[in-house]
Amino acid sequence: MKSEAIVVNTTQIEARSVGKKYGKFHALRDISLEIAEGEFLSLLGPSGSGKTTFLTLLGGYEDATSGKLFLEGHDMTGWTANQRGFGMVFQGYALFPHLTVAENIAFPLKVQKRSKAQIADRVAQMVEMVGLAGHENKKPKALSGGQQQRVALARALAYEPKVLLLDEPFSALDKNLRGQMQEELRRLHRELGTTFVFVTHDQEEALALSSRIAIFNHGELQQVGTPDEVYERPANRFTAEFLGDINILTLDGPAGIAGTAIHLPGNAAGLGHLAVRPEHMRLASEGDANQLPVRLRDKVYLGSKSRLLLETQGGEELMLYLDNGTGLAAPQTGAELRVAWDVQDSFAV
Amino acid sequence: MRAYLFLICPVLLFLGGSYLLPFLGIMQLSFTDPEPGLGQYSHVLSDPLTLSAIWRTLRICVIVTAVSVAAAYIITLLWVRGRPLVRSLTELCIMIPFWISVLSRAFGWISMLSNRGLLNTWLKDLGLIETSLQMTRNEFAVIIGMSHYLIPFAVFPLATAMRNVDERVLTAADGMGASRLRIFWQVFLPMTASGIMGATLLVFVFSVGFFVTPALLGGGQSVLIAELIYLWIFQIPQWGMAAAMSVILMLAVGGILVLLMRRYGEMAK
Repeated sequence: MKSEAIVVNTTQIEARSVGKKYGKFHALRDISLEIAEGEFLSLLGPSGSGKTTFLTLLGGYEDATSGKLFLEGHDMTGWTANQRGFGMVFQGYALFPHLTVAENIAFPLKVQKRSKAQIADRVAQMVEMVGLAGHENKKPKALSGGQQQRVALARALAYEPKVLLLDEPFSALDKNLRGQMQEELRRLHRELGTTFVFVTHDQEEALALSSRIAIFNHGELQQVGTPDEVYERPANRFTAEFLGDINILTLDGPAGIAGTAIHLPGNAAGLGHLAVRPEHMRLASEGDANQLPVRLRDKVYLGSKSRLLLETQGGEELMLYLDNGTGLAAPQTGAELRVAWDVQDSFAV
Repeated sequence: MRAYLFLICPVLLFLGGSYLLPFLGIMQLSFTDPEPGLGQYSHVLSDPLTLSAIWRTLRICVIVTAVSVAAAYIITLLWVRGRPLVRSLTELCIMIPFWISVLSRAFGWISMLSNRGLLNTWLKDLGLIETSLQMTRNEFAVIIGMSHYLIPFAVFPLATAMRNVDERVLTAADGMGASRLRIFWQVFLPMTASGIMGATLLVFVFSVGFFVTPALLGGGQSVLIAELIYLWIFQIPQWGMAAAMSVILMLAVGGILVLLMRRYGEMAK
């Protein structure tokens, strides 16, 4: 089908216990990660989580202070950015402001001393590929943000790098344009088969684009997995809360929440909280195994559905979505209700 | 808004009284003294001695501008992009000349460059030369003295341009495998072109009006326009000629300014 269908096979890049210290500050700690050829890997995390640092280490723009990096089995730890030969799309694009679109794209090719004819061909091809035909002779300043982004992509891909690194490429774009560029990026990835490593702090963007997501926090790798893996089975509380909305309930005693007995998932031993995504929670009906009494604090009408804000007897907040198409009357604020979920949709954190 | 316009009147009055009126007086002089008509202009533009002073001024100013901007570029590079120690040392070297009067600096250069000055003495002591090199009372000395004075002025527009260069653009070029030389010539230098243009403008306009430095270091051997005007006012009073020369100088500087600004405007696009 689409990029999801790409078979993750041979390891192209491997990070082994990579760390980066600035003075006494650990920007990255002990990162071990394998990147497969042709995959679309997102490095996701809040700002200051180390994701961009990891990207600059991968690209060879900075040196790791510990650990090793391998490219197709060769130790590339000491290689310069140029020796690694990856394409890079910088945050803010870093286009040459004094050069035209065509000259920007041609720059890396000129450095490689390709023939004039070859360069002209390749530039025309790239301009076509990113949909900038007719803008070849404009300077970056005369282009919109989205167009500058396309130039940056074309320049980074012009010399057919094995790996393309992208540092928050869409952070400066408005929401509509962002969606459009995401589509574009998926198409490019599909057509080229190049490995993409993509830094973002936008969870939805990561979930929508990637074949795998690596989640960073405080310079440490929290979890790596496919979008549904990290969303459905987060490895820890940070991942659970960082990716989308989630209800977190404190467990008291061996198997209960605020005095109500419930069924716990298999991993609950030793963990103090239970997590359930809002879309897995519903208002309880007869026969539901896991039921919890709650009070409706507020409801927000969202068109096709409503968002209910609930409070447990222990005072913890819950959220769930109610389908407005069922014809059932929505409960009134202050109503005493019961919520339910299936035990396999819950996980302990 | 309009009601407050009168508040800028004092400035207009001051500028009108101190610049515009005297200038109109000079214009009048240039057309009337000693005889009404264009005689002064035609004399200025046909007298071989005056013409040679004009050409000498242009030549020296172009060279001084080139030398100053080039030297300032290197100094600014050290100041903006050097290591911390280099930066503070360079900053001192840029600032100190501002505290020394133009006269002291000119005499300083004379004691450096004159026939029995420091440089000639050293060269003789080292056995590199037998007779003194003529390094004062000529264009060489004028160019050195003027450049030395003007370099710090060229530093500031250059520093602004260099500080505005996005570091990531240089990183990107480096990552693509461009050599340091290529990055400098094809990326950094063009990206600081606006600063070069600004520095060139500033230095050139300043240099055309230079008087003290060329008078002292040129020693009357290489007379520039400003010195010529001085001569016509105080030595051989021909105020009409001096006025005509001043008007020509002003128009020339104005013309060059407009030309460069237009070019600069296109570049900024």
